[in-house]
Amino acid sequence: MSDRVTFVLSPERAAERVAESISLRKRKENRFLFLGKFAVAVALGFLVLLFSGILSKGIPGLFQHYVTLDVQLDTERLDPSGQRTIESLADGDFDGVVRDALYKVLGPPTGRMAKRQARKLISSGSGQRLMHHVLDNPDQMGSTVALQFAVDDDVDTFLRGLISRDTPEADRRVSNQMISYVDLLQTRGRISYEISDYLFFGSASRDAEMAGIRGALVGSILTLLVCIVIAFPLGVATAVYLEEMAPKNRFTEIIEININNLAAVPSVVFGIMGLAIFIVIFGMPRSIPLVGGIVLALMTLPTIIISSRASIRAVPPSIRDAALGVGASKMQTITHHVLPLAMPGMLTGTIIGMAQALGETAPLLMIGMVAFIVDVPSGVTDPGTVLPVQIFMWADFAERMFIQKTSAAIIVLLAFLISMNAAAILLRKKLERRW
Amino acid sequence: MQVAESSRMVQTTSTLGSRVIPDSTLGQIHIDNPRMRAHNVDVFYGDKHAIDNISLDIASGQVISFIGPSGCGKSTFLRCLNRMNDTIDICRVSGEIMIDDQNIYDSSLDVVLLRARVGMVFQKPNPFPKSIFDNVAYGPRIHGLATTKVELDQIVEISLQRAGLWEEVKDRLDQPGTGLSGGQQQRLCIARAIAVSPEVILMDEPCSALDPIATAKIEELISELREQYTIVIVTHSMQQAARVSDRTAYFHLGKLIEVGDTKQVFTNPLHELTQDYITGRFG
Repeated sequence: MSDRVTFVLSPERAAERVAESISLRKRKENRFLFLGKFAVAVALGFLVLLFSGILSKGIPGLFQHYVTLDVQLDTERLDPSGQRTIESLADGDFDGVVRDALYKVLGPPTGRMAKRQARKLISSGSGQRLMHHVLDNPDQMGSTVALQFAVDDDVDTFLRGLISRDTPEADRRVSNQMISYVDLLQTRGRISYEISDYLFFGSASRDAEMAGIRGALVGSILTLLVCIVIAFPLGVATAVYLEEMAPKNRFTEIIEININNLAAVPSVVFGIMGLAIFIVIFGMPRSIPLVGGIVLALMTLPTIIISSRASIRAVPPSIRDAALGVGASKMQTITHHVLPLAMPGMLTGTIIGMAQALGETAPLLMIGMVAFIVDVPSGVTDPGTVLPVQIFMWADFAERMFIQKTSAAIIVLLAFLISMNAAAILLRKKLERRW
Repeated sequence: MQVAESSRMVQTTSTLGSRVIPDSTLGQIHIDNPRMRAHNVDVFYGDKHAIDNISLDIASGQVISFIGPSGCGKSTFLRCLNRMNDTIDICRVSGEIMIDDQNIYDSSLDVVLLRARVGMVFQKPNPFPKSIFDNVAYGPRIHGLATTKVELDQIVEISLQRAGLWEEVKDRLDQPGTGLSGGQQQRLCIARAIAVSPEVILMDEPCSALDPIATAKIEELISELREQYTIVIVTHSMQQAARVSDRTAYFHLGKLIEVGDTKQVFTNPLHELTQDYITGRFG
């Protein structure tokens, strides 16, 4: 004891030193606080920038210009054999009927050139649209109905003011003749700007004014369904086994490390694996949501396992002791107590994984879900595509209107994501229990 | 604080220096017609020898208390009695613990059945995050003790009455058990333990998280329960051991130093270590 250096601080001196250190501490704290606030502000700023960018571009994409035409549903011309089936209607001259209705409004154009210019005003899919209308409303046959048809994407772009009248005619995609027709239609009140039903109910199309996301949306939902049905039970079972039952030895350690590594594998690798295994070896068809869902399930499994394990670990051991103490078996302890208490956390992890899967493009490109598919998939084995891939494809097209449609599709994707997260939060709130 | 602690440590070790840990337990370890009988029990946590060759009989219809300084192995030994140590991977138990002539560490014994016969109350009140009713009904439900809803209701009511909680909670059985006060929660845990009609109830420092009034209630409850159950209680409070128990066992560094009637242990301990502990010279 005696050879130890003794350092005695008088209370006054100690108080002085404390006062000095306090100002230093305060400055440090303030700096830290400022940095935190600054970071939040930057993040918020970017978020606002992102959303305002997407919304300002995308909201116009949710609308498009329509022209209203009084179409005469002439039975003779539309359904020569009179059966009202797709096959018999296929013989009908729907394009001609729509064209005639248009000519009538314009005060019949004379000459082939003028007629061709007039035809270019409306979407080339108008005949198809009329046919579907007739299929849905066979009783209107023989009467004259006012129907809305999309204007051609160039005309739409012109109507939005993105093509100037001052541009020399040779450099613009809308001719002088067409402009005068559009003016005529506008003065007659035939042009309207409305929420685009093509976008929500149409499928992939090369014509920008007809392109829609319905096929991709259904494809996304089907793919996610397959994904969650495979990934959630597998992930939870793996987590429960590793956390509650597996012996802690080298083998389980290796499994753990591999699962963690798997979470960091680039998603495109999963796509190549899906291609090699499911399509090449097992011979499953390309472009189907089933394969897409399996590949995404493999990709999200690590996320679900890791978050599930974390939430199982967060269940207080005292609850396990309590259950074991009254004689519950290991399985009963897990199913009655651990799983219900860990469920909110597991669901959060699963939803995060699903959100990741929803936005994934690369692995789906590898298994061919990038194909141009007009039909809406009616099952998991029908070829289809998904929202992010649709966005990716549209972003590649040169037409001006596709830019707006791309942004509109992004808005739909974001809305899908946000509603998924909202559902997750609601589910969590409902399942959460305090102890 | 630091200084006070370390100086006490110094004193403790120096005191221990002059004390000899006996090779075998002093006092009466064997009794007639024991409910449980531990014979040459050793427990290892990995390399650590936590319990060193303990033999002890636990009589039926009695309260026996385990006392001793922290880390002496009394809780470990208690948890051996219903194999709660099974949950710890590195824990290894040798020797035998008999209940009705059956070794509980025998591979043919179902641990679920054992824990239904030997219930447990833990240090920290740990009700399930469920309703008060479901907390008590959980054990009877999983063991299939009640065949009808009426029987289950009766089991819950009787258990809560025995635990002295019925009057306080009878109007809010559907409310969460976690919303009760600490003392009430602990009595709920006791009700949960007795709902499966065990023969033995193990209590691991049941009052250490409670205030004196709640503690008094639990002690009163233990005195009432001793008529029907065999109770083994681990406690840090010497007064509590003296008040509630019929026999007392003193543990030290993984060994059972002495065991005897509570009165005798507290008034006339056989070993100097026990003497030091109960007079508060260390621990």
